[in-house]
Amino acid sequence: MATVAAVIASTHHPFYYRASTSAGQDRPPFADEWVAKIEAFRQTLTRARPDVLVMVGSDHFHQLWLDNMPQFLVGKAPVYDANWYNEEREFGLPRMVLQGCEELSEHVLRGGLDAGFDLAFSNELRIDHSVTCPIITLRPEADLPIVPVYTNIFAPPLPQPKRFVQLGRAIRQLVESWPSRQRVAIIGTGHLSLELGGPRQFGPHGPDPEFDRRAVEWIATGDLESALAGVTLDSLWEPGNATHGFMDFLLMMGVAGDNAKADYTDSLDLFHTMEAYFTWYPDGGPTA
Amino acid sequence: MSKYLVNKFLYTVDRDPELVERYREHPGETVAWWEQEEAGRILGCHGAERSSWLMLTDAERTALAGHDYVALFELGAHPFLTLTLFIALFERDYAEPLAFQHEYAARLRHWRLPYPDIAT
Repeated sequence: MATVAAVIASTHHPFYYRASTSAGQDRPPFADEWVAKIEAFRQTLTRARPDVLVMVGSDHFHQLWLDNMPQFLVGKAPVYDANWYNEEREFGLPRMVLQGCEELSEHVLRGGLDAGFDLAFSNELRIDHSVTCPIITLRPEADLPIVPVYTNIFAPPLPQPKRFVQLGRAIRQLVESWPSRQRVAIIGTGHLSLELGGPRQFGPHGPDPEFDRRAVEWIATGDLESALAGVTLDSLWEPGNATHGFMDFLLMMGVAGDNAKADYTDSLDLFHTMEAYFTWYPDGGPTA
Repeated sequence: MSKYLVNKFLYTVDRDPELVERYREHPGETVAWWEQEEAGRILGCHGAERSSWLMLTDAERTALAGHDYVALFELGAHPFLTLTLFIALFERDYAEPLAFQHEYAARLRHWRLPYPDIAT
């Protein structure tokens, strides 16, 4: 069976690409520290020697729209074009092409449906920065096949937080039951407190540093019980109007497992939102 | 209320570079044209298969034609869609990075939770 070589959860910050590649007067003062942290975080994936990446993220009204909105969707395609005109325009993100792993997509879809998750699927999916940001930060070579998994954290009505955890647990089991000798890294990105298009946006820090502190503690310690007791669909509006993206962290905590302490934790307090990076090694780690 | 249709305007304009410029320069004309020609288009379908019932309210039409992102927020337009498009429209007019985004936040600062409902 396949090996879960690493479980990785992080924020996805679309400004990283521009900040890290800019020079001279255009380079923001925090860029060097940010790049150093990302390069250290990248090593946690490199050391795991993955062959395939399961990428959990959320479409930002690019391909998925309100006339036909899935709650959870798995891509099943041989190739994924990536990034959109408005991401190029606003963030300077490059157009990308990623290879797919249809065999694992098929296994996740079949097994997920049989486990009670009515997963949508897409055979032609142009993915966006929720998946390409972690490719840029963690695997800039973009040389590994992926299985994209999209969640709806964006367009109410949303699934309950516990459903994200349940799906995360299922994805872990499905990867571990994939009849393959490949090493799979499961990577997901979400948000801590975040406000977009509201009065608390683009402040000097994330809109709710206290929520961020608690959330980082929940994730780093795998404390799903406290995390699920601490958030509801209604309460997630309070730290910031885009904080439902935290549910993708909950999903990744489900992948990592109850009370699974992260093997690597880091964070960076940036303007606008806090960055946070977590890696778990379910098989004991690259040196085991 | 037709939050869905307001969102559809923001969504379809934001993803089209020519429409972004047209809406910036001629907002009233663009909104009127869009409501007449594009509002009923079922995305991903042949053009002859149109929705027959979609229409903006007067308040929504006025907010869109006036580039009034505060009113759009108050009408329950999806804040991510509004922000993304309005950055494309107006960030270029500000000298300092994030100056438009900060002004946007300041113009909404009279709002406290709960914000207007964005569910569609």
